[in-house]
Amino acid sequence: MSEAMDLPLGDPGGETTHAGTEVLMAARDVRKLFPVAREGLFGQRDYVHAVDGVSLDVRRGETLGLVGETGCGKSTLARCLSRLYELTEGTIEFDGQDITNLSRRRLRPVRREVQMIFQDPYGSLNPRRRVGSIIGDPFVIHGIDSRQDRKRQVQSLMERVGLNPEHYNRFPADFSGGQRQRIGVARALALHPKLVICDEPVSALDVSIQAQILNLLSDLQDDFGLTYVFISHDLSVVRHVSDRVAVMYLGKIMEISASEDLFTTTRHPYTRALLSALPTPDPDEADSRERIVLVGDVPSPVHPPSGCRFHPRCPKARSHCVEAVPPLEQVFDDLPSHRTACFYPLAIGEDLSQSVPQLGAGESEIVSSDGAEES
Amino acid sequence: MSDVPPVGVGAGVDSATPSQGPAGGPGAETSTGIEGRSPWVLAWQRLRHDRVAMISLVVICLIGLVAIIAPLFASVTGHPPNQQYRGPGALSPEGLPAHPSSAFWLGTDDLGRDILVRIAYGSRISLLVGVVATGMTVAIGVVVGLAAGYLGGIVDTVLARLVDVVLSVPFLLVAVALVSITGASLTITILVIGFFSWASVARIVRGQVLSLREREFVEAARSLGASDRRIMFVDVLPNVLAPVIVYATLLIPVVIVVQATLSFLGLGLPPPTADWGGMISESVQYYTVAWWFVFFPGAALLITTLAFNLFGDGVRDAFDPRTDRLIGQK
Amino acid sequence: MALLEVDDLHVSFDTPDGLVQAVRGLTFSVERGKTLAIVGESGSGKSVSTQTITKLTRGARVSGRAIFEGEDLLTASPDHLRRVRGAKIGMIFQDPLSSLHPYYRVGWQIVEMIRAHDHSTSRRTARKRAAELLGLVGIPRPAERLDDYPHQFSGGMRQRVMIAMAMALNPVLLIADEPTTALDVTVQAQVLGVMRDLQEDFGTAIILITHDLGVVAEMSDDVVVMYAGTAMEQASRRDIFYRHHHPYTEGLLRSLPAHGGGKGRLIPIAGSPPSLINLPSGCPFAPRCPYAWDKCFRETPPLDEVFDEPGHRSACWLPHDWEGRQACEPRTETIDREETA
Repeated sequence: MSEAMDLPLGDPGGETTHAGTEVLMAARDVRKLFPVAREGLFGQRDYVHAVDGVSLDVRRGETLGLVGETGCGKSTLARCLSRLYELTEGTIEFDGQDITNLSRRRLRPVRREVQMIFQDPYGSLNPRRRVGSIIGDPFVIHGIDSRQDRKRQVQSLMERVGLNPEHYNRFPADFSGGQRQRIGVARALALHPKLVICDEPVSALDVSIQAQILNLLSDLQDDFGLTYVFISHDLSVVRHVSDRVAVMYLGKIMEISASEDLFTTTRHPYTRALLSALPTPDPDEADSRERIVLVGDVPSPVHPPSGCRFHPRCPKARSHCVEAVPPLEQVFDDLPSHRTACFYPLAIGEDLSQSVPQLGAGESEIVSSDGAEES
Repeated sequence: MSDVPPVGVGAGVDSATPSQGPAGGPGAETSTGIEGRSPWVLAWQRLRHDRVAMISLVVICLIGLVAIIAPLFASVTGHPPNQQYRGPGALSPEGLPAHPSSAFWLGTDDLGRDILVRIAYGSRISLLVGVVATGMTVAIGVVVGLAAGYLGGIVDTVLARLVDVVLSVPFLLVAVALVSITGASLTITILVIGFFSWASVARIVRGQVLSLREREFVEAARSLGASDRRIMFVDVLPNVLAPVIVYATLLIPVVIVVQATLSFLGLGLPPPTADWGGMISESVQYYTVAWWFVFFPGAALLITTLAFNLFGDGVRDAFDPRTDRLIGQK
Repeated sequence: MALLEVDDLHVSFDTPDGLVQAVRGLTFSVERGKTLAIVGESGSGKSVSTQTITKLTRGARVSGRAIFEGEDLLTASPDHLRRVRGAKIGMIFQDPLSSLHPYYRVGWQIVEMIRAHDHSTSRRTARKRAAELLGLVGIPRPAERLDDYPHQFSGGMRQRVMIAMAMALNPVLLIADEPTTALDVTVQAQVLGVMRDLQEDFGTAIILITHDLGVVAEMSDDVVVMYAGTAMEQASRRDIFYRHHHPYTEGLLRSLPAHGGGKGRLIPIAGSPPSLINLPSGCPFAPRCPYAWDKCFRETPPLDEVFDEPGHRSACWLPHDWEGRQACEPRTETIDREETA
């Protein structure tokens, strides 16, 4: 069964009630399965459930953060949104047009509007091509501008992202990690896209460089009126850049909300656990805060747990969580934009570390420490 | 007191800070120029500092020169390559090959021909076959490997099986059979060698392409809307060339030896064409009485293949990114 | 006396492009039972320095001293070093797969490790101890899991196995090189918890190498901030976060997104780290430093005590008294430009 049935199509979770927000991209019940090798000759074909029924809207001009741990499907979702991957199921609408099944040719105009920035500043640039020609790629591919014009355009782009335009003829190897990421940004912005999907754009960078790139992205958003989908495993970065945040776990959205709301009125036990696990660069806070240490690792997305995907690690899990998939919906008196996929969401001020799962013993337990370790 | 910093003011230092190279990266300190050095140039610079490779390259060039000026050897000595000489100096009274002498610098063969001149002419055959057959091999191998690796699916399955088949055909048997049907000629030699060598190049290229296809820069090109053809030739191909060039340099000596082997077995060029394998083959009956007859052609073959092999090793080291990693490490 | 005293450590590597000076005059000490965090960005030399102490760097030119329990590890015999490594100094790395042998069962590897240092231990005892250790690091059903291969453990569990192995002989010092960098935050929290508990129970000193200031704030007693192969600032954890002296420390902390949320611009450090080949004279941070003036480019500042606080040292020409330092203001030029030259 799919929880998309719980959502009236076209008005998922009443998002359109948010006045003055126009939907730029809408994903409905997106599924992406990857086949894995059969076990034995006659074994059953298994699938990695990378993205398993995700519906969300990206609104014009906003930054939507996608956060989650390894294997939660955030990068796969990004590649589905940009149509780098074919969807297994579901639809994607961009600017009012259904782009789910567009042919390569028909997709080309969309490619101009939807761009990606990749994680690895070393892997995302062809090491054997000059930087000028890498950044100029979008112009060549889409047949825009003459050669003369192109060089001028590329150099002004380089200038805009904080690179020396005179380095037009250098190779990626001549640049540092941060500079390479700027090259990637310039390439993505060349054709003035409407939507830029940033897949962990700063995860491979040192903190001091990370801040440079985050500032650059924010400036460019203001200048070009960009919309970002910003993917990261780093909650503090996502919190800094995002207007809204979706928390993903094993291919599903656990909680989605306006950024500040999510961090102050956390509803989903998983979101709370993620927040609590994040190390704080502040000794006083680190010494005093409550730590919720989840037991175990993220289960395999090949055989995801039944019911709520999080139930084996959840301190609040009840038997109901094993049986049914919680719909992503408004809980308590939250704003309509704040939706949580949990049968037993957290009340404000609730101490999760006191919760004990009401499942079979041994399956899941909570370890809590108040972290008063300073000697 | 000059040791107190000017509070809030930067005297003499602002955005025009002293130039600094990129963190790590080869040639960090020298690449302050506007023009970047391409990976090819970097490899060439590394190669240039490799003494053995450079000496080998000089030797290869000399052999090439010999091949080009072979007629000069004939006119200087006054001995055309296929001219058979009789009489003292050219053949011993018993009709055996003659010692090296002032007239025949490297001696003569069993028919009284000048070995020096024949070696010079033989180098033409060796180099021609080596370069042309290797070029053909690489061209076929790259195209097949690229198509199989990038297009995948049924194309890949068919081509990969084809590669397996070609690699399992017994080369020598087919070569013998083929030559006995069509007769020996230069073209047949090149075609036979080319046909049996491309498969390993295709395998290398396919493997490289398979891993390159998953790289983010290929994904980036796709997200920009680039066509398959553009991705294959602009993004993927330049990145497989390095291993292919290395393989090709090491393939040339193998091809030269194979050609010599075919000639040795009588499957090479029809006599009286001078070629090294043929010369060695003719000399086997005489090696006890005329060491020079086997020694000089053998030495020519050895020096040539050794030079190509050593040069190939140098090329491989020059393309090896190991040195980059050393500097980029933490 | 400190457990480990590293004094004026220099490490350099010959490469085709020149001599890379990975560590340049590093001095620090580790107290028994305490955690010293070495924090720095990539290329700062933080990993190389500890690898050198345990002689795990090959082909390096090394000078300086590393006195561990009264003996210099840098000049110690290979035999002595082997006894120290493992038995006295345990090590864990970022990628546990690289240090666990893929073809041997985990239990066997721990047993071998124990018996390599103490032949008198019987296999049976060692195996019991191995199970105990796996239990200690929080691996469920430890006795059964002894017979599993490394690939059968998840990333977090593998790192626990590594910790168990490192702790097998009750070392007095544990060197943890980016132990949680490859892990997800929830798993990182587990692993850090295990390390903290072990330290409490066994009084092990820890050198924690990390780039993550959050982990530093949670785990350390003392901190060394490294940049371009040398220490920029050393202080207690609280001083590093609340009373830092060095502009690099300040820059690192300021470039983090505010923990309480809050939008607005971040304050990055301009430029990028220098190449470690042919480092120019003067302070290595000067080209990126918003406080730098001529002297910084001419003379390298020594690592001196600042703020009259014992143990708080900073390699910077800025005034060494609190008021003087507070009076300095950074230039706020266009530091968004990473480009130099």
